[in-house]
Amino acid sequence: MKVSRAAIATAALAAAVLVLTSCSSSNSTSGKLDPKADLSKQVLTISNWAAYMPDDIPAKFKAKFGTKVTVTTHATNEEIMAKLTAGGDSGIDVAFVSGQFAQALAAQGLIETLDKSLIPNVANLYPEAANLAYDKGNVYSMPYSWGTTGICYRSDLMKGSEPTSWMDLLAPKPQFKGKVTMLATERWLMLPAQKALGYSINTQSATEMAKVKDLLIKAKSNLLAYDDTTFYDRLVSGEAVMVEAWDGWCNYGIAKNKNIKFVIPKEGSDLWADTMVVLKTSKNKEAAHAFINYILDKDVQSWVIDNILYKVPNKPAMEKSLPALVAQYPNMGITPAELLKGESIVDLGKASALYTQIATEVSTK
Amino acid sequence: MKDLESNKERDAIQRRALLSRLIFLVPGVTYIVVLMLIPLGFIFVYTFLSRGTYGGIETVFTLSNYTRALDPLYLKVLLDSILIATITTLLAFAIGFPVAYAITKLPAHRQNLMLVLIVLPFWTNFLIRTYAWIVLLNTQGFLNQGLMKLGVLSQPISLLYKPSAVVLGLLYAYLPLMILPIYSALVRIDPAMREAAVDLGASPSEAFRQVTLPLAIPGVLIGGIFVFVPSLGNFIVPELLGGGKMIMVGNLIRDQFLKARDWPFGSVLALSMVLMLLLLFFIQARINKRILGVNHA
Repeated sequence: MKVSRAAIATAALAAAVLVLTSCSSSNSTSGKLDPKADLSKQVLTISNWAAYMPDDIPAKFKAKFGTKVTVTTHATNEEIMAKLTAGGDSGIDVAFVSGQFAQALAAQGLIETLDKSLIPNVANLYPEAANLAYDKGNVYSMPYSWGTTGICYRSDLMKGSEPTSWMDLLAPKPQFKGKVTMLATERWLMLPAQKALGYSINTQSATEMAKVKDLLIKAKSNLLAYDDTTFYDRLVSGEAVMVEAWDGWCNYGIAKNKNIKFVIPKEGSDLWADTMVVLKTSKNKEAAHAFINYILDKDVQSWVIDNILYKVPNKPAMEKSLPALVAQYPNMGITPAELLKGESIVDLGKASALYTQIATEVSTK
Repeated sequence: MKDLESNKERDAIQRRALLSRLIFLVPGVTYIVVLMLIPLGFIFVYTFLSRGTYGGIETVFTLSNYTRALDPLYLKVLLDSILIATITTLLAFAIGFPVAYAITKLPAHRQNLMLVLIVLPFWTNFLIRTYAWIVLLNTQGFLNQGLMKLGVLSQPISLLYKPSAVVLGLLYAYLPLMILPIYSALVRIDPAMREAAVDLGASPSEAFRQVTLPLAIPGVLIGGIFVFVPSLGNFIVPELLGGGKMIMVGNLIRDQFLKARDWPFGSVLALSMVLMLLLLFFIQARINKRILGVNHA
């Protein structure tokens, strides 16, 4: 009797799981957008990284369109993905996610094809910005900022041995051992070894990834730490002399110490982009489009350049802000053509488990 | 005699209040069923299904998630985590017991003050407190620079980004969870029992070993579980103080859900943690029963 009761309970649970998971795959149908919709009757919930856009955006947007805007924040791509893919309506209309995550959302049919006629500011974008591998032509995502990854280092503490290759980071000279950090997020954890070995940063080959793993394990013994958040401060304090860094974050170090420099290693690097997407579940799609259009405005985008020290794919904004910044932050001067030499990060599909397993193997060695 | 009477009275009140008690139980039971048992059921079912490319599950039956969990790679993470959590728990006991004992020896108003001081760190965000250790311990930090200024050190020593730093961080975070249950066990011991032991010829140290210590064991066990379980599952401390150079089972589970998008395998790992926790509580209940001769559930 006990056994059968347990079996019934299990079966009931299994049924509940099936029902709930099948529910989540049904989506609201995407009707035609109405260019004349009354935006003051719509409300928007935006999810973005904290402090990644001007604080006064909701107030200004409401003043202009009458739309109430609520901003929620996420700390990582993974966090917002967990919310958006949990099934049902997340309540979010526009989300800021990195390009490869926009790609994964599109593959699951969770985000809307963008109606460019409602985003006239798309004309502000560099032509190169429509040629990003995760979403060619910006069909379902609009780039907000972009950049690359390289080595950020203290030129005064590394005089005569300035890094030029990813191997300088992976196998540092004896005097620099233990004074090096690498990024902890999987894709960038793999990148230096992938590029040093001449592989694609999007490789799905298990044999290539096995070699990447071996190189990363060797590199680990010379590392101070894996660090995604405080690496530039470690350069400022001198605790580290070179770190794997996103270009914009290296600028935060440069702002505190002008001996800090940024270099893209000779083997090449990535091209990352943070994007805006409209959720299929949004009931305020006209306002969502108007919001994206508003963000692509020259002045809003130049705020990003001035305050976040990130490059943006917005031509008039870069032309406005760059002259004042480029002397102090040379990597702001990297041109779109140069950026596009970097490999665009795309979603790994099923191979994401391979990357996590290799990251686990590296961290247990 | 007085005790017996009050017991009788209490029984009567309990019988009369049975119905209202059941009503009071409803929110708690609903909470446990809806927010714990049902999700746990989901996790259990997920462990037998296949992963979806973008997370979630595909309804294809498989046992491979279980066989994969036995891979030496994951067993090593589990064993390392158990080792770290065990060391943390033993250290917490070694530090926490004397502290709790000392507090019970203070006058009552001082005891309250001490207890407030012990929970005071909880008023600050856990992340900030953990970052504070980095500020203190890094090679350019207060400790190293201070010791170098005093001439104790000529070179900064690296204190961070190793397993000992992880133990330190966990110990700091969870020590209050050891002190409080031990204190509450010690403070409940009737002083008459110790006095009786001494009157019957026990030396103070014998009285401590044969009366105080055994009666404190339930508190020690609870404290042990309170420290061990969150230490085992913590993934922030290994990341920050361990420099991401080692991972614990908490990191492993989080990464399966958020990075690998492998919910079924993450579910197996999560379920095995839950089973370990149940086993610990079972052992604790058995020991309690043996010591006190009653079942304190």
